[in-house]
Amino acid sequence: MTINPDQTIKFSPLHRLQWEEAQQKNVILYPEGMVELNQSSAEILKLCDGTRKLDQIVSELEQKFATTGLVNDITAFLEVALKNGWIQQH
Amino acid sequence: MAGSNNIKITPPRWLLAELTYACPLQCPYCANPIDYAKYQSELDTEDWKRVLSQARLMGAVQLGFSGGEPLTRKDLPELVKYARDLGYYSNLITSGYGLTEKKIVQLKEAGLDHIQVSIQASTQELNDHLAGTESFKHKKEVARLVKKHGYPMVLCVVIHRENIHQMPQILEMAEELGADYLELANTQYYGWAHANRDLLLPTKEQFEQAEQIAQAFKEKVAGKMKIYYVVPDFYEDRPKACMNGWGTTFLTIAPDGVALPCHSARDLPGMDCPNVKDYSIEQIWNESKTFNFFRGFEWMKEPCSSCDEKEKDFGGCRCQAYLLAGDMYAADPVCSKSPNHHVIQEAIDSAKASTLAGNEKPLIFRNSKNSRLLS
Repeated sequence: MTINPDQTIKFSPLHRLQWEEAQQKNVILYPEGMVELNQSSAEILKLCDGTRKLDQIVSELEQKFATTGLVNDITAFLEVALKNGWIQQH
Repeated sequence: MAGSNNIKITPPRWLLAELTYACPLQCPYCANPIDYAKYQSELDTEDWKRVLSQARLMGAVQLGFSGGEPLTRKDLPELVKYARDLGYYSNLITSGYGLTEKKIVQLKEAGLDHIQVSIQASTQELNDHLAGTESFKHKKEVARLVKKHGYPMVLCVVIHRENIHQMPQILEMAEELGADYLELANTQYYGWAHANRDLLLPTKEQFEQAEQIAQAFKEKVAGKMKIYYVVPDFYEDRPKACMNGWGTTFLTIAPDGVALPCHSARDLPGMDCPNVKDYSIEQIWNESKTFNFFRGFEWMKEPCSSCDEKEKDFGGCRCQAYLLAGDMYAADPVCSKSPNHHVIQEAIDSAKASTLAGNEKPLIFRNSKNSRLLS
């Protein structure tokens, strides 16, 4: 599965992204399961709100962390997220 | 007892709230204890709220409302809302019996995250026979309504000898109903399933054929439907890492308030499980004898104590060791290294002989009358 750069990306309504105080990390919750996220994965997923496309997500994160060259890492992570059903494209 | 010294205690992540033992169904493989009928008292709403708050504070995040049939509790919507406000991801584990569209909407508004509907078979005749109640059409309707109202839909089918031949039709049914997740749970032989084992345990050939069909289907629906496959441990060489290790992750609260490291722990001798009416969840989890009983590795006997796989499977299931080897400290007999491993083959042979003989005893259905008779 690949990310279509012309479509917006939305976090799946069948999953929940949540900060866990006890674990001090963000997690994805779904039926009978939980995935623990590192900080960068959580930052990417928080921008998947159905209004942004891939290039917008990349540029916002590059700006936020004052860096460049994130496109490959972000795309690779989003492909994993798509395959796992955490995000959707319409 | 061992396991209390220098062991790092991890917080609970999963809370299973068994709200009641009451159930309109009579499935002969029910995981509730055989003697459930003697536990008449149920925690009240305030008790459950206290349990939810205390466990959440410790780090529990996945919450199962189970039973019996949790829908028989009038305060279910109130508890669902309370759980949502605390930040739980809540799962309703139901037979679907008594679930109406109105209630599905009401629970959604209260903050319920998902509904898991159990179906016993792919045909009305077999489903209704196994459930001991006419329920097949309604269950399918409930599955559609769950989907319609935006929940992730999880279909759960417990697999055993009476329905294993329907595997292709079960998979078709899940696809037709639009399940997001399909749980194919090979029967685990505790409680009522243990009592009915000769009639429920499939042969190795049946199991292998069914697994092959399920595996091919899994590839076909990848990306659309996720399949949880609960392995039939009688046909494995190594035991399951039961409950991800005793007292590491899972906390079950029985209807009467007894706190359990697993479903069947109250059947283990001398376990003396604590009640949430007497202690806080923190005291129970961190300090109780019960929850510390099999933490760590010090309690183990050979061949477990020197086994290089002990950190992977924790010696398997304590309840299965007790049930099949008569010793809760022994290696789970499922393990081929266990000196008691032969009891597994004997169970398989006994089940096979019972089919061939053609004089099978009838299934013992899970109901209060049978519970009193057997306990």
